[in-house]
Amino acid sequence: MALNCTGMIFVSNTYDNLGDNHADDDVEAGPAAPLTLPLDQWHRTRGGRMVDFAGYWMPVQFEGIIAEHLWSRENAGFFDVSHMGQLYVSGEGVEAALEAALPIDLSTLPLGGARYSLLLNDEGGILDDLMVTRWGTGFHLVVNGATKWDDIATLRERLPDEITLNHLEDSALFALQGPKAFEALEPLVTGEYPLSALTFMRGGQFKLGGVDAWISRSGYTGEDGFEISVPAENAAELADLICAEPQVKPIALGARDSLRLEAGLPLYGHDMTETVDPVSADLLFGINKRRRSEGGFPGADVILPLIASGAQTRRVGLAIEGRMAAREGAKVLSGDTEVGTVTSGGFSPSLERPIAMAYVATDFTAPGTSLSIDVRGRKLAASVVPMPFVPHRYHRKGAA
Amino acid sequence: MTRYFTKDHEWIAVEGSEATVGISDYAQSQLGDITFVEVPGAGSEVSMGDSASVVDSVKAASDVYAPASGKVTVANAALEDQPELVNTDPEGEGWLWKMTLSDPAELDGLMDEASYQAFIAEL
Repeated sequence: MALNCTGMIFVSNTYDNLGDNHADDDVEAGPAAPLTLPLDQWHRTRGGRMVDFAGYWMPVQFEGIIAEHLWSRENAGFFDVSHMGQLYVSGEGVEAALEAALPIDLSTLPLGGARYSLLLNDEGGILDDLMVTRWGTGFHLVVNGATKWDDIATLRERLPDEITLNHLEDSALFALQGPKAFEALEPLVTGEYPLSALTFMRGGQFKLGGVDAWISRSGYTGEDGFEISVPAENAAELADLICAEPQVKPIALGARDSLRLEAGLPLYGHDMTETVDPVSADLLFGINKRRRSEGGFPGADVILPLIASGAQTRRVGLAIEGRMAAREGAKVLSGDTEVGTVTSGGFSPSLERPIAMAYVATDFTAPGTSLSIDVRGRKLAASVVPMPFVPHRYHRKGAA
Repeated sequence: MTRYFTKDHEWIAVEGSEATVGISDYAQSQLGDITFVEVPGAGSEVSMGDSASVVDSVKAASDVYAPASGKVTVANAALEDQPELVNTDPEGEGWLWKMTLSDPAELDGLMDEASYQAFIAEL
């Protein structure tokens, strides 16, 4: 069967595209060997199957994607996401400088507040998506692993010289996700205020096992949970500390992908790229309201008229009949007419059926629209459904 | 009954001119959780090396190549509701299809169990 020579099917079929942007820079040197991250040995010791992801050795699965996925939905999953880029932007006039570089409204972002934003090019295409948190006197940015080097170059070019852009390479990044994430983490944490003071998209400085940690209540699974930035030198001891809690198991990239797909959260390099605009991508919430009226961000000349006129295609969710999955690149049809393309898809462990995200011509994006997907010559029946596929369970402010 | 393996990780168990086909334990371990199996219909002709079946795991779809030529007599109907049998018992209950061989001499190029174990130990 079609296992490739190393048996790393995840690399060949799914995970390598993300690295393309960066890899292209090194064409003459040939593909660089993957780099190791602070928890490399930690993952291997726990039986993680390691693959090259975004230029790093990362685990794609431990006990199995479905088991890890369901554990995260029912208990708490520990994810190492140290391949992502952590940046810190600071200096005199940092707010105005960052607002010139990103379509974000920082005037409404309180201390400790986190917000989703987009790094756009002048043509309105998406160079990356990122989280921006007001942290101390500056801003903490988390960007995708495969795009971080290009992001740093883009931001450095856009920010004035007096603004400092630090790449926090000595920090590891974890996520603890699931309905039991709070009860698992709470006993391990001390701080000026209790962990319970954090609501969705709020963060603060704490001590985790006695070590300085920045913790925010956020994530990429649709569940309640936390993202935790810690010193790389303490990464293994803190991973051990968290995973010693009975609610917690380590979870790898395979389940991270199926969890985010169910949560309707797009993946950079697949569901959005530099040739896709935020209107088509249905990511206008990444362009804050004040910026939509005032403009003045990269790509605004293209995007603002597009908001008014509407896009030709839009990212939607598709629920697929049967059990055969549709993957990235599969064509979406209405009758015999091609109306779109799947950008990510797979079997949903929680719903026990295949689901997909696709870009579809706007005439065919109403929920309930019947479409089909061509998978290797077979037409799979599919219908447009609202996303998320599995309801979000964030711990929002004001909620019980 | 003699069981042969291909370099592409299929197995074929042969008794006279009748054979049963599946994927190896190594293959299922590499694929991970299997969620769907498309098997060839009874009566269809398959040729050695052609894609005859597709195994879908959570992350990828993989072709299964016919280890020998012949006519499919029956497909494993249990996989319709329990594709995970390919994970739990790949060389038993998780078989894919049975077939009548048209050219048993094709089997000469395949590996026996010991050669296959040596082959995957090198991967």
